[in-house]
Amino acid sequence: MSLVDLFTVVAVGAGGFFFLAGSVGLLRFPDALTRLHALTKADNLGLGLVVLGLLPRVDGVLGGLKLIAIWLLALLASGAASQLIARVARRANPPA
Amino acid sequence: MIDALNAVLALLVLGLAVWTVVARSTFAAAVGFVAYGMLLTLAWVQLQSVDVALTEGAIGGGLTGAMLIAAASRLRGTEAAARAERPGLPIRLAAALVAACVAAALAIAVVSLPDPAPTLAYETADNLAATGVGNPLTGVLLAFRAMDTLLEAIVVLFAMIGVWSLAPDRAWGGRPGRVQRADPDGILAYLARVLPPIGIVVAVYIFWIGADLPGGKFQGASILAAMWLLAVMAGLADAPPVSRKWIRFALIGGPVVFMAIGAAGVVTAGAFLAYPDGLAKPLIKVIEWALLPSLALTLALILAGAPERPVR
Repeated sequence: MSLVDLFTVVAVGAGGFFFLAGSVGLLRFPDALTRLHALTKADNLGLGLVVLGLLPRVDGVLGGLKLIAIWLLALLASGAASQLIARVARRANPPA
Repeated sequence: MIDALNAVLALLVLGLAVWTVVARSTFAAAVGFVAYGMLLTLAWVQLQSVDVALTEGAIGGGLTGAMLIAAASRLRGTEAAARAERPGLPIRLAAALVAACVAAALAIAVVSLPDPAPTLAYETADNLAATGVGNPLTGVLLAFRAMDTLLEAIVVLFAMIGVWSLAPDRAWGGRPGRVQRADPDGILAYLARVLPPIGIVVAVYIFWIGADLPGGKFQGASILAAMWLLAVMAGLADAPPVSRKWIRFALIGGPVVFMAIGAAGVVTAGAFLAYPDGLAKPLIKVIEWALLPSLALTLALILAGAPERPVR
């Protein structure tokens, strides 16, 4: 196993761990806002680490840029969607 | 390892399908359907059918899902009443029996297919060079089975007319959907400013690459439609009244070009929708370019819904 393989395994494994942790948080956390927090950790860190781990394996710069673009788009979408959901949740249950 | 992942994927698809059917709330069922579409997209990728995966993701999961969620949010007021008049046990049993029979018939049909299944894939591959395009899907859709694609484009148009026909009399020809009141400084408006430039590039790329690699006009058109609807939902743009002349022309433009080229084939190549030798690829390109804006507008207007605000 070369150094590059090791890097991929560690980074993708760490990404998988954050997805797992995010899913556990989604199931276990007590209210909508904390659950959203858990979910965005999975999107941001988990997907970011998976992309980081796959970067050394792409053929060409273009493929790598596409992977990074996917991560940035997921960041944008999950950030925006969770703010929208959080606003609805807050309106339904205003903080005391 | 990969077999285990595929088995998990298949179980997830089946489980989510059952969950979507038995879910009590209409909204939950619609959200389940979107997730189901995304899992099905993964399944198609695993089957090496990237074209089908793209279509499932864009149209099956995305566009249909958005329509179902919109329908569910409209039905929210009547949901309690609908649940109150739940049919009795005999009707539910009869419905279950009919559904089980249909599922069994489909299963028998699939299982009793000859092995190897009848396929025209080899003939398509052998004759693809005659069309000049590199993606066999595009070759089938626009040359070998161009009739299906033409009818498909027209069916989508009919579906949109069906949506329009739900408009109340006073709003006929007016602006579709309700007035959107989003916070002009909010996150939705921000997203609607940042995302469309990227989305338009991605849509045109997917459309452009469709001649040689997975992609095409339907997938590109649904991304374009989604970008436009995002701007409408964020209140940055408003849907135009559907009685505008330019809308009518843009809607029929693609199918008209398709039919005109098809009719010209009767004279130049001896059959409706046949292309003269050597001209297949440029003609396919013209049809695709003509269909893209028409499809994008048709899909966007289907999602925007029936006209609700009269033209003043």
